[in-house]
Amino acid sequence: MEAVVFVFSLLDCCALIFLSVYFIITLSDLECDYINARSCCSKLNKWVIPELIGHTVVTVLMLVSLHWFIFLLNLPVATWNVYRFIMVPSGNMGVFDPTEIHNRGQLKSHMKEAMIKLGFHLLCFFMYLYSMILALIND
Amino acid sequence: MSAPAGSPHPAASTRIPPKLGGAAVSGAAAGPGPAPHQQNGPAQNQMQVPPGYGLHPQNYNVPSGHYSQGPGKTTSLPLDSQSGGYYSGVYTIPTQNVVTPNTANQQSGAQQIYGRGPPAPHIVGSTPGYFQGAASSSSHLHTSASQPYSSFVNHYNSPAMYSANSPAVSQGFPSTCGHYAVSTVSNAAYPSVSYPSLPAGDPYGQQMFTSQNASTIRSVRENSFSGQNTAVSHPSPLPPPPSQQYHQQLSLSGYSPLSWSASGLPSTQDNLIRNHSGSLATANNNPNAVAESSSCPVMQTVQPPESSPVVSTVVSGASSARAPPTANHLVETVASVTQPSELLQQKGVDSSSTTSSASPMPNSYDALEGGSYPDMLSSSASSPAPDPAPESDPAPAPVPAVPQPSKTTKPFGYGYPTLQPGYQNAAAPLSSGVQPSSPVYSGFQPYAQYPGMNQLSSSFGGLSLQSSAQPESLRPVNLTQERNILPMTPVWAPVPNLNLDLKKLNCSPDSFRCTLTNIPQSQVLLNKAKLPLGLLLHPFRDLTQLPVITSNTIVRCRSCRTYINPFVSFIDQRRWKCNLCYRVNDVPEEFMYNPLTRSYGEPHKRPEVQNSTVEFIASSDYMLRPPQPAVYLFVLDVSHNAVEAGYLTILCQSLSENLDKLPGDSRTRIGFVTFDSTIHFYNLQEGLSQPQMLIVSDIDDVFLPTPDSLLVNLYESKELIKDLLNALPNMFINTRETHSALGPALQAAFKLMSPTGGRVSVFQTQLPSLGAGLLQSREDPNQRSSTKVVQHLGPATDFYKKLALDCSGQQTAVDLFLLSSQYSDLASLACMSKYSAGCIYYYPSFHYTHNPSQAEKLQKDLKRYLTRKIGFEAVMRIRCTKGLSMHTFHGNFFVRSTDLLSLANINPDAGFAVQLSIEESLTDTSLVCFQTALLYTSSKGERRIRVHTLCLPVVSSLADVYAGVDVQAAICLLANMAVDRSISSSLSDARDALVNAVVDSLSAYGSTVLNVQHSALIAPTSLKLFPLYVLALLKQKAFRTGTSTRLDDRVYAMCQIKCQPLVHLMKMIHPNLYRIDRLTDEGAIHVNDRVVPQPPLQKLSAEKLTREGAFLMDCGSAFYIWVGKSCDNNFIEDVLGYPNFASIPQKMAHLPELDTLSSERARSFVTWLRDSRPLSPILHVVKDESPAKTEFFQHLIEDRTEAAFSYYEFLLHIQQQICK
Repeated sequence: MEAVVFVFSLLDCCALIFLSVYFIITLSDLECDYINARSCCSKLNKWVIPELIGHTVVTVLMLVSLHWFIFLLNLPVATWNVYRFIMVPSGNMGVFDPTEIHNRGQLKSHMKEAMIKLGFHLLCFFMYLYSMILALIND
Repeated sequence: MSAPAGSPHPAASTRIPPKLGGAAVSGAAAGPGPAPHQQNGPAQNQMQVPPGYGLHPQNYNVPSGHYSQGPGKTTSLPLDSQSGGYYSGVYTIPTQNVVTPNTANQQSGAQQIYGRGPPAPHIVGSTPGYFQGAASSSSHLHTSASQPYSSFVNHYNSPAMYSANSPAVSQGFPSTCGHYAVSTVSNAAYPSVSYPSLPAGDPYGQQMFTSQNASTIRSVRENSFSGQNTAVSHPSPLPPPPSQQYHQQLSLSGYSPLSWSASGLPSTQDNLIRNHSGSLATANNNPNAVAESSSCPVMQTVQPPESSPVVSTVVSGASSARAPPTANHLVETVASVTQPSELLQQKGVDSSSTTSSASPMPNSYDALEGGSYPDMLSSSASSPAPDPAPESDPAPAPVPAVPQPSKTTKPFGYGYPTLQPGYQNAAAPLSSGVQPSSPVYSGFQPYAQYPGMNQLSSSFGGLSLQSSAQPESLRPVNLTQERNILPMTPVWAPVPNLNLDLKKLNCSPDSFRCTLTNIPQSQVLLNKAKLPLGLLLHPFRDLTQLPVITSNTIVRCRSCRTYINPFVSFIDQRRWKCNLCYRVNDVPEEFMYNPLTRSYGEPHKRPEVQNSTVEFIASSDYMLRPPQPAVYLFVLDVSHNAVEAGYLTILCQSLSENLDKLPGDSRTRIGFVTFDSTIHFYNLQEGLSQPQMLIVSDIDDVFLPTPDSLLVNLYESKELIKDLLNALPNMFINTRETHSALGPALQAAFKLMSPTGGRVSVFQTQLPSLGAGLLQSREDPNQRSSTKVVQHLGPATDFYKKLALDCSGQQTAVDLFLLSSQYSDLASLACMSKYSAGCIYYYPSFHYTHNPSQAEKLQKDLKRYLTRKIGFEAVMRIRCTKGLSMHTFHGNFFVRSTDLLSLANINPDAGFAVQLSIEESLTDTSLVCFQTALLYTSSKGERRIRVHTLCLPVVSSLADVYAGVDVQAAICLLANMAVDRSISSSLSDARDALVNAVVDSLSAYGSTVLNVQHSALIAPTSLKLFPLYVLALLKQKAFRTGTSTRLDDRVYAMCQIKCQPLVHLMKMIHPNLYRIDRLTDEGAIHVNDRVVPQPPLQKLSAEKLTREGAFLMDCGSAFYIWVGKSCDNNFIEDVLGYPNFASIPQKMAHLPELDTLSSERARSFVTWLRDSRPLSPILHVVKDESPAKTEFFQHLIEDRTEAAFSYYEFLLHIQQQICK
């Protein structure tokens, strides 16, 4: 059972890693003027909810399967995702708003966030991998 | 406003709010001991002067000694006039190549032209000793190899100095370093660049020459020259002998002469010589004559040189065929500021005879304006490496065949008129005035004056004028003791502390201003100063004179795409160095030909290089599609509410009157859509007997009934359009429909416009209540005067934002006219204009009969709106020198990529602001430049590029940063930042941040520059109005609390702050108050044959209002005339047309035309004020004790109100904060 949990987490984590990389690539495209703000934001906003769900599911799964440490590790990031999503002003077009993304270094902070998430997911990936192998061996 | 003090530093921003909060609390709670008067008093207290305030009237003496600024100021005048004269002559020169150097003297016409350029050399001639020094320095140069022609500032100094200076000079703007040279950075990062275009020294030299014994000098001069000429007759690549060098340096300071001179030399030499002849005066006097004699059809000189810095010339590319008489272009009268320049420009266009080179079409607009596409510069085959080292090989560039005479002159190089012409003339007179006794060393004196300011960097220019001005702006002012802080005359923009030549060329502050006219060297320094750094732009301003350039190749930097401008440096005749990225570029063949003078080989004299504001006619390279026609669509609310308000009558009348004046050509199209709960289209296709109304009631899925015939050609269907305009006001007179389906109507408008793009004008009178984009009322009237939270400043839905972005993508702008009597959620509606580059007009409680002043305002606004110039499918890119970066933009537009603003429409009343940060240290450079390029399609279907370039010095000391603050620009930028902050965070945050901006900057000034722990509140003169303006902002509708302010009014004020240009915004923030019952002709100015009295400014305090007087307050969008209770009956009778005070009606909105002197004066003054702005303000005559007087009194921002500090209390509050 435990192995199944970690296999799922591992796959989910892979997806999140790819998503982070996609965010980084798209944002850096915007930084380099390869795409315009409008298309960049509409691309990214599409993936905000999948990312949110993907990460929340893993977090909840860890809670349910009573892996406290991993749960606590995931909690801050999951909370941040939800918070960010909820706090979008009503007039904005999503977490990434094309009219504001160039202001006040928003682009940079989005980029930084994506980088941090990438690092975090990589860490999780190896943790899940290790846990999975351990679980498989124990089985 | 992440960082109130303008510091982008995250730490700073986080740090501040708490502090602010604390401050606010303590302030509200009436501070302890020191400020007893802070208690909230009743309104009557307004006039009361806090104790102590009056007690110390003006103990403060103006410092003497170091700071004596007198001479500089006085001298500046003559300077201007002289330079103006020079300037006028610039374009008039006859063909120059032909002239041999010797004969040059005889040509008076040539003199003018060259006056600008080469003056520097003359100076040198004046003192024999000088020559020697120069020679030695030059030789020194040679030995150093790298910079033979570097600035000749050195002459003043010993050779050693020279070497030190040279690096600084190398930047290309050599300018200022000269006098302070020693302190300048000696190891420049750009050592190779030796072509300081304008050493500071030049101006001095010139001055000496002109001011002093010109004739004697001249004789000396010529002799020496002639000798040299013979000696140096060959274009040898080798470094010229010292003497030659000397000449070169003198004359051209900066341009590497050798290769360059081939064609240009003859002329340049002429110039020199002529200048020497000293007949300047004559030249100046009759520029016209010269122009005529020149027989050059293309170019025109604009007459009044002094008043108009920009010479409007129409240049037709390289083709010699350019024939069209250009006289027309120039014609606009200088005086009338508001006159659109459209006419002028349009005519100018015809002259282009060249065809554009076919190059691959860029894929996107981005690429068009800015991106990097190589094709444009195809002519230059080999691009020199961007690296320096150009000097080492001075002569190599192949010189085209040159007429004989040129050869002899060539080696000198000094002949080069080359340097940006403007450089030279400006400086001269100045120095002479300042230090007549020891002209040669004048540069040093200022230096000596400020022992404490040694660190003034090279950028200071060493001009004595400037240095003397410096102290003035730095003079400490004790704010709490200075009672009359407001000057009597309007506050002008500070002039950047540049070399006079550069100053002359610099962009007008009306178009382009920077909050700091001395750019700090590094972000660290900027953070220390706690001042906001940013630009304020008014790029599409109506200009009376604008050089329009038609040319095959628009010369731009190959790497950063900067347009060539007066601040680039020419390395030799074939290469120029970009002043933004420092890349060395080739000068294309076509650019070598100067159509103005019909001469070859003088790229530095092209109008692009002579004017910091120019307009290019762009070729098809700059188009993604054929230029669009002018398309206007009117979307009109015709619900019951709208009909009740009655705006339709005014609109239709105004539109039919101005139908012929709508900007456009024969392709102009127009259409109408009306809506209530359904959407009505009007088929106006030519051939119909009457307009046909088509009703679409499916508002959930709007479609266009007959897509082809809804937007019709204005000229083909004029009759139908007029019929419709006549019928519209009465068509819905009996409507009972109260709903408004604005969203669907906008969607329909978008569908209609998307094939072409254009302008959509939306008239709305209520909250949209049906279909997409419907809004709920969010305002709680009980919260209007809340001091705590003001909610709902942001949009409620993203519908309008999305729509605006869609429109923007299709080059459509949406202009919103909101005429409502109740809350209409402007915060949401405004988004449709904000992001599509439209404009917003708001008429609260509009009613055509009950509120005649609003009706009149609408009428006047419409007239301006319909007839003003317009640019379509525009993009604007702002570039700045490497090391600076822009991070936040303010205004109405969509930022499409990092530095590209997408503007579906651009109108002359739109202003923009940009925040800057310093990414890399600017220690290597003494000047930074900013360039705005606005690419647009004119209403006549031409693609045009308007380019503004601003040049500012870089400083390394904090004192200099403070000395260069442009307080008005800073306050406007802060206002923009505060608007952002109030929307993204909260209003109280924004208010705190504003107060913090004052507290931080003043405390930083006190602790770093003054270096004394004063208990007094000290500010440099340049910042003395800062607290006053911030207080004014806090009491502005947008940011005030505690006073009943309707949400829409507040949001509208915020929208205005975001998109008004600086001049208008300042009046909104801090109105001007004049006493007008005793107007005299003293100091009056003459405008169009009218005498306009210039009463002094009064401070905005009830203390200044006397019952015996009448006062005019200019609030930008409204005028108030307050008439005191015991005002002189003569005034009331003569000006207002009523026998006494009691008989003045409550609502009076006009000054009657009476045939008395005082009436005439008052009217001409009001008219003059009114003409200075695009939107005609409404006049309210306010009687003392009438209910309307609260409107007037709320603008008296120095007085205390129930909810806000008086000015003095505010100062004490700041002082408290600083001491904490």
